[in-house]
Amino acid sequence: MTIKKLLSLAIFAGLVFAGCANQSSKLQNGEVVVWHWIVDKADVFNALALEYKKETGVNVRFELYAPTPAYASKIIAAAQTMKFPDIYGILMEMKQFASLIKSGHVMDLTPYMEENNGAWRSTFYKSGLAMNTFQEDNQYQVKPGIYGVPIDLNNVQFIYNLELLKKAGWDRSRLPSTWDEFIALGGMLKKAGIPGLVSGWGEQWMIHCLADNFAWNIMGREKVLATIKGEVPYTDPSWKQVLGLFAQMRDSGLLSRGIVTMINKEAEQTFANERAAIAFNGSWCVNIYASMNPELRYAVAPPPRVNLERPMEIWGGATDLVVNDRSPVKEEAVNFLKWLTQYKQQCYLAKETHNIPSNSACASILEGPITQFARGMDNAVHPRFFPVEEFPLVTEAFDKGIQSIIIGEATPDEVAEKVQQIKMEEIKKAERFKALREKEAR
Amino acid sequence: MNLILSRFKKIGPGYLFVMPAFIMLCFFYVYPFFKVLQLSLYEWDGISSNMIFVGLDNFRDIIFSNPPWWQSMWHAVYITLLALVFQNGLALILALMVDRGIKYGHIYRVIFFLPPVLSGIVVGLIWNWIFNGNYGLLNHWLSQMGLGNLSRSWLADPRTALTAVAVIHMWKGFGWAFIILLAGLQNIPRTLYEAARIDGANNWNTFKHVTVPLMTPVFVLVMVLTVLGTMQIYDIVVSTTGGGPGYHTEVPVSRILSRMLNSSQFGYTCAMGLVFGAVLVILSIAHMKMSRAIKHT
Repeated sequence: MTIKKLLSLAIFAGLVFAGCANQSSKLQNGEVVVWHWIVDKADVFNALALEYKKETGVNVRFELYAPTPAYASKIIAAAQTMKFPDIYGILMEMKQFASLIKSGHVMDLTPYMEENNGAWRSTFYKSGLAMNTFQEDNQYQVKPGIYGVPIDLNNVQFIYNLELLKKAGWDRSRLPSTWDEFIALGGMLKKAGIPGLVSGWGEQWMIHCLADNFAWNIMGREKVLATIKGEVPYTDPSWKQVLGLFAQMRDSGLLSRGIVTMINKEAEQTFANERAAIAFNGSWCVNIYASMNPELRYAVAPPPRVNLERPMEIWGGATDLVVNDRSPVKEEAVNFLKWLTQYKQQCYLAKETHNIPSNSACASILEGPITQFARGMDNAVHPRFFPVEEFPLVTEAFDKGIQSIIIGEATPDEVAEKVQQIKMEEIKKAERFKALREKEAR
Repeated sequence: MNLILSRFKKIGPGYLFVMPAFIMLCFFYVYPFFKVLQLSLYEWDGISSNMIFVGLDNFRDIIFSNPPWWQSMWHAVYITLLALVFQNGLALILALMVDRGIKYGHIYRVIFFLPPVLSGIVVGLIWNWIFNGNYGLLNHWLSQMGLGNLSRSWLADPRTALTAVAVIHMWKGFGWAFIILLAGLQNIPRTLYEAARIDGANNWNTFKHVTVPLMTPVFVLVMVLTVLGTMQIYDIVVSTTGGGPGYHTEVPVSRILSRMLNSSQFGYTCAMGLVFGAVLVILSIAHMKMSRAIKHT
């Protein structure tokens, strides 16, 4: 074999082994690696990382993986291969989040949150932190505590095009706040030939979000939780009332054509181009509408109340980051998260990305429609707050059922029956798996 | 011993050359297949180290207690049937026209092959714009022609959603069939057509007795590719209907992904993948046998 061939072989082997090597060499340099999926914040995060390096000398590297399903798959693959970065974003159901914690991939941040009389904890909006908090007696048997840090927040509300509302004859000084007013507005829009509500209801979770808002308002959170626990059936009149609201929206002419299969991107384009009077969308839309149509005049309001005796709670969420419990630089990682959620950095993030900051002190610097969204954070709830979680198949049947109601294929009663039937099947399956698990444990 | 050594020297290098490909095949195909087979027998969320052995429970549930799964399978079969007839029919007509040397044939070749190179998501978004219920081009054209009463939200109406998805899929896919069929047509010796014409055969007889018999292997190839490609449709569904309204445009791949990402049932998802793979193999074998039978008659 010639020297040339031997050299080529050595280089090839070197490259192979370099590719197979883990990240320990990087970690020894004190570099903190962060995985996230938030495409629109890449530049801002990199700028913040540079600033952090200047202040502390610690190098932070953000690695972006999009789209979101690809990111979610990457996290699951990382769990199987034990190759997590030091900090990573959480984009999954509570059950999977709990599995990550129980498998030792997520650090319990409670001691850091509680030190100095809870100084760090008190900087956040309560609802933002609640999404990362496991309560006592949670169904996942996770040790109670705070496991993640919100970087920014969001919530989903109704957005009204003020010009189109005026054209339809809505001359009241305020936006619809009760169900009757909302339905009346639908009639006015229909009469004026203006398309009504657009939203990404083809993506299911958004349809579920509104249904949840109505359910919490009509029957209260306790009864919703009792349903998830299997103590109240979906055939209960309150649930039928929730489903019936979608039939009423359909009949009043409130819903834009094709809403059941609409993706949110399309809904955002339609609303920004003033082709629909109402949108049901998240606070991230402020950025999107501003880039699509800077002239758009709109106002934000929570969904109308059906039960006037209860407040209307809205869906609120957060972009969360967690620390890998096995990271060799976890102290540095926590320090970076503390720095990232401080007033100055949060205000910078909010200003650059037009999102709601997780640090509540920054609310005062917000301007324009995002302020209306930020006000909603006080009433924001997310099903991840709850100690129990509905079976995904039941949620799917419920959401698909609402789609069927909107297209006139099923009645609220029929959907309620079907959902309850699936719920019973899932309960049986869960009991069987529980028995098998106990048998294996023995 | 010497005999073995000399035999090894003779065939050894051959095995050595094949070894890298064999190792890669095992690593990337054989091992994952057996891993999927193993996982399909467990209840597992994809993260936890705790896996519960459930035997054939996942398969039993898929086959006997999962109506949306079989509904999604029927949807894929429906789109496949439409594609086999209309997409391939159109591709054959266009390929015959280009093969006959129509003017600007080389330009058509490029134009017809444009849709297949576009991403399914992009194609879906373009057609969303055409089929949109409020301001879509199709509804606009219908109104212009005085057929405004036919206008609807094509992708959200349960009566038209699946067919609309099939139309988009066929538009995107006919270019492949066109190119393969054209290549097959151009391989037929021209002398056979000349001989047929001298014998007095008209266009139909030439097509029936010269083109079809010689093109049968190409037809089989195109049909098998159509069946396999269409049954696995996903991107267009995601970018147009998301599987809705209700379950009306769900397809097997969307069901598998939804189970994996939303329900975190990895074992169940693996079982779904195996059942789906088995259906595809059965369909392909049935199709090839049917094609052979047609060829013999």
